[in-house]
Amino acid sequence: MIGTGSQTVGPFFHVGLCTLFNDKLVDARFAGPLITIRGRVLDGDGAGVADAMVEIWQADPTGEYATSERHDGFSGFGRVPTGADGSFQFTTTRPGRVAGPDGKLQAPHIVVAIFMRGLLRHLNSRIYFPDGAGNSEDLVLSLVEPGRRDTLTAREVAPGAFEWDVRLQGESETVFFDF
Amino acid sequence: MPQTMSELTGPVFGRDAVGPLDHDLTQQHDAEPLGERIIVTGRVLDEDGRPIRHTLVELWQANAAGRYAHAIDRHDAPLDPNFSGCGRALTDEEGRYRFVTIKPGAYPWTNHQNAWRPAHIHFSLFGDAFLTRLVTQMYFPGDPLLPFDPVLNGIPDDAARERLVSTFDWDTTMPEHALGYRFDMVLRGRNATPWEK
Repeated sequence: MIGTGSQTVGPFFHVGLCTLFNDKLVDARFAGPLITIRGRVLDGDGAGVADAMVEIWQADPTGEYATSERHDGFSGFGRVPTGADGSFQFTTTRPGRVAGPDGKLQAPHIVVAIFMRGLLRHLNSRIYFPDGAGNSEDLVLSLVEPGRRDTLTAREVAPGAFEWDVRLQGESETVFFDF
Repeated sequence: MPQTMSELTGPVFGRDAVGPLDHDLTQQHDAEPLGERIIVTGRVLDEDGRPIRHTLVELWQANAAGRYAHAIDRHDAPLDPNFSGCGRALTDEEGRYRFVTIKPGAYPWTNHQNAWRPAHIHFSLFGDAFLTRLVTQMYFPGDPLLPFDPVLNGIPDDAARERLVSTFDWDTTMPEHALGYRFDMVLRGRNATPWEK
């Protein structure tokens, strides 16, 4: 069977998707160091996109994903609408390394989906960390031409505070993946 | 790109994620919303036709007058105090979901001169993995606006477009209560050819 076609999320997604709006991937039960990741969704002119939605999904520091049986306060999933200036922010914990299809560990990363008006299908990207273990041999990063890998790497602007922008178009367009 | 554990896992929402009236958009307020009551059912399947069980289905739509309960919707059609337009449900063991709602109205937008969106309902699904994430729109059979809609026609393939049009369904139509529409969704699989954009 062929997959059902994607259609744009449109401008009114808050109506149906707001129940799961949550910028915290951990709650008070979670014991471990936290980080913040903030950024902006920017169009080809560098202007913020005010009505996009960003979802992220990641492993915990030990490289384990959240399941419905887990009750330690780690959900691994975040969803936020962008603000008037295209900004978004998440509070989470640093992901650990998880195995790739070749059995080798991937560098720590967060997977990202970006939804917005006018996009037939959402965009997939990844956030890596500037000092991530295994960045140089990561299976997915190695598919990306070296000059564009920095679009997938967050900047640490203060200890535990990371920035990562999404550039939809233009010279420094973020690398988006298809599967 | 290759599919890794990061794409092959995804958030799981348990039974407590959905309230008892979340699937019935006609029972979420003091009185019933205005409009034509409808029942929307279908199955969520993978590309091999297997049911996707216990997965969250999120839905949103305009009211019967074609107005969203959203601050930025400026269409001068009336809001309905008894209609929020938000629905949530989990699929059952057979991948089935069921919503009770009202038929949304067409509404104008500024895409081109005299542009109108056909009546549609937005759906958002997770499936078993971040890879299978889908946001789409369901349309109604016989809607005269379908051939003119740039959103629907953004899908180039005729058969794929037709699959976004629900079918009228006698089996779920309830006598003296509501018409039934069926809309099945197939989430893309784990075996799609990988490539990097």
